[in-house]
Amino acid sequence: MARALWKGNEALAEAAIRAGVDAFFGYPITPQTELLEYMARRMPELGRVFLQAESEIAAINMVYGAACAGARAMTSSSSPGISLMQEGLSYIAGSEVPCVVVDIMRGGPGLGNIQPSQADYFQLTRSAGHGDFHPLVLAPATLQEAVDLMYASFDLAFRYRTIVIIAGDGALGQMMEPVEMPPMRPPAQDRPDWAVFGAKGRPPRAITSLYLDAEELEQVNQRLQAKLKVIAAGEQRWECYLTEDADYLVVAFGTVARIAKSAVRAARAMGVRAGLFRPISLWPYPSGMLGTLIAQMRGVLVVEMNAGQMLEDVRMAVCGRVPVRFLGRMGGVIPLPDEIAAEIVHMARTRQRGNGHGAQRLLQFKE
Amino acid sequence: MTSLSLRASLREVSVPPQMEIVYAHPAALADVPMHYCPGCSHGAIHRMIAEVVDELAIRERTLCVAPVGCAVFAYKYFNFDSCEAAHGRAPAMATGLKRILPDRIIFTYQGDGDLASIGANEILHAALRGEPIGVIFVNNAVYGMTGGQMAPTTPVGMKTTSSPLGRDPLTQGRPIHLTEMLATISGVAYAVRRSMHSVAEMRKTKKAIRLAFQAQLQGLGLSLVEILAACPTNWRLTPVEALDFIRDRMASEYPVGDFKVDERLRNWSGEC
Amino acid sequence: METSIIISGFGGQGALFAGQVLAHAAMESGKEVTWIPSYGPEMRGGTAHCTVVIGDEPIGSPLVRNPHCVIAMNLPSVDKYEPLVAAGGRLLYDSSLVKRPLHRTDILGVAIPAHDIALRCGSQQLVNITMLGALVTLCPLVELAAVEQALRIHLPERHAELLRPNILALHAGAAYIREQRIATS
Repeated sequence: MARALWKGNEALAEAAIRAGVDAFFGYPITPQTELLEYMARRMPELGRVFLQAESEIAAINMVYGAACAGARAMTSSSSPGISLMQEGLSYIAGSEVPCVVVDIMRGGPGLGNIQPSQADYFQLTRSAGHGDFHPLVLAPATLQEAVDLMYASFDLAFRYRTIVIIAGDGALGQMMEPVEMPPMRPPAQDRPDWAVFGAKGRPPRAITSLYLDAEELEQVNQRLQAKLKVIAAGEQRWECYLTEDADYLVVAFGTVARIAKSAVRAARAMGVRAGLFRPISLWPYPSGMLGTLIAQMRGVLVVEMNAGQMLEDVRMAVCGRVPVRFLGRMGGVIPLPDEIAAEIVHMARTRQRGNGHGAQRLLQFKE
Repeated sequence: MTSLSLRASLREVSVPPQMEIVYAHPAALADVPMHYCPGCSHGAIHRMIAEVVDELAIRERTLCVAPVGCAVFAYKYFNFDSCEAAHGRAPAMATGLKRILPDRIIFTYQGDGDLASIGANEILHAALRGEPIGVIFVNNAVYGMTGGQMAPTTPVGMKTTSSPLGRDPLTQGRPIHLTEMLATISGVAYAVRRSMHSVAEMRKTKKAIRLAFQAQLQGLGLSLVEILAACPTNWRLTPVEALDFIRDRMASEYPVGDFKVDERLRNWSGEC
Repeated sequence: METSIIISGFGGQGALFAGQVLAHAAMESGKEVTWIPSYGPEMRGGTAHCTVVIGDEPIGSPLVRNPHCVIAMNLPSVDKYEPLVAAGGRLLYDSSLVKRPLHRTDILGVAIPAHDIALRCGSQQLVNITMLGALVTLCPLVELAAVEQALRIHLPERHAELLRPNILALHAGAAYIREQRIATS
């Protein structure tokens, strides 16, 4: 299939359609609205369900209902809307029904702005709602990868009966890039054996997240945790770029990671052997691979569009073995290749001048 | 003999040729003990729903969306598929189910806190869309499960654990009349209020539930049956006093009646 | 090797569309490309700009601080981007609107009376494509024919009557560069 130039939000929508999404429920919010608008055009054409909900709260609960019926259901939103969905996501996690959520992150906290951000990292990976659970969080850096991950997301969601979140940002949603679309798959015909759709010829089923008995709920949690362990072991994704001979490692995800690629090339042109580690799955975090890479590095630079959220995962993987620096831009400001490159070079020079106390971990914000 | 084993033994009874069974356990009602307090209306309302589902022969294609509140375990008591919604979100969840399963009969079972307070937006917009779902709205004027706090439906002056001096309209507002409000919306096919305070009223309640399901079978839009229900425990009354309280206090604030009945339902020949 | 281009102007001047046409032309020419807009409130009046990065390998950053080429269709855009153009880069500006001289001596400033050329082609709405014709003649990003083809395919159907004027403007912008014998590279 030929490549075509796609806008990020629309490419995500088309990829979901080709993956066989049965139902989309959403609410307008910049910078993801084109995804909803694209679904509003395409889903009815295909005889599938599109509904603009009265709020993000309603949207995620409609997803919950459709998912209980065994449908491939999804929603998309941006940071403030994802906050409103926390309740529904927790119920979905507790009920173990599959669904896919797209978060095109914007600047916060509060109303913030509509510029790109990665400040939902904690919200998505740590606490996408009350209770103990993690969604599977995938962070594409290019539109092709966004499409490929979106295409795979429903299979992952159904395989594990879990929430899959595609974590992008305003830049990913708004930019255009050539994409090769995967083939159209028909919506699934069979209903899963856990779904509710009328108790015809079988005992009734109930889908719930309510277990009043403490021991029973603990057992449910233990089962959930066991499942999360399987996901954690099997679904770590990452990319290593120019890491083989690298002395200094940049760790970044999503849009920032592709910007950091340019910075790594620029740093190499300035004589610093830099490489990039790009987590694609934010949960499960590819800590093992990062920990292995660390052994050969003299320094690590974490770059994010937030105040240092993935930084915590990097620190846990690094375990104090090498200095970790941080460059964070907030409020929708995108770090550009030159400032990341300058930071890499600065890290290398500081390290060379070091007097044996180089293991001191530095944390700084770039003005 | 417990009530459970009695029921089980009744089922196995062979009926002599000159007799017929006039009262039996509905197939749509699960054969398990309920957790409701003495004098609570929920159990009877569950049974009415189950009877209607049996009479319409729709058990195998009916789905219940249970609420958060005293009826949180409704899904354990019905012998058909069901799921459990977040507090107030049952109409949104039912919307998701109905859009995927348009030929199934889907109803929400919600209390007054669930539907009229935290879920007011969800029921309002399900009504605006004319979502063809049924809504059984059980109004007992208090938050029952959390121990009798003031609800949006609590009558003025009524003492609750969160309005210990009685509901003061100046600071706590007046009771919401959600069924009357929803009756103004064109997407609503059926909006009525019934009561559980006497056998005669209970018979009317069951008829209304049946008509609400009938509205959905005909795809007419959202149907809503508000039911004035007793909560003796949180009202601090005996079960009999609680029925009088409905008749004397609640029915004056919330008169029973039909607020909207789609013409096509009036002409329905199967009126019971 | 990546080449970065920023196209900037008032909202409604078609800066974003010109960038998309360039991006389509680049992709159809077998190149890697990214296009990223400013999507803030400036969309609704004020200045709008987009960044296009074209290369032979997959593009890293879709955003740059120091672009190789800038098309500035108004004075605020010249003021904003003149200090930012990479040394040795090119700043094409509409000399019909921007009367001040450039300060930088280490970039190639190219004054194009785009507004006047556009009017001759039929509409002041054609400034964006006039400038694009000049850009691709000045810099070996994509063939002019590829841009013309991109216009034919991607000009929205509701603007079908504007296809001919747009193609006219594209070639007029290109012709201006050739006639002025501005050193191309």
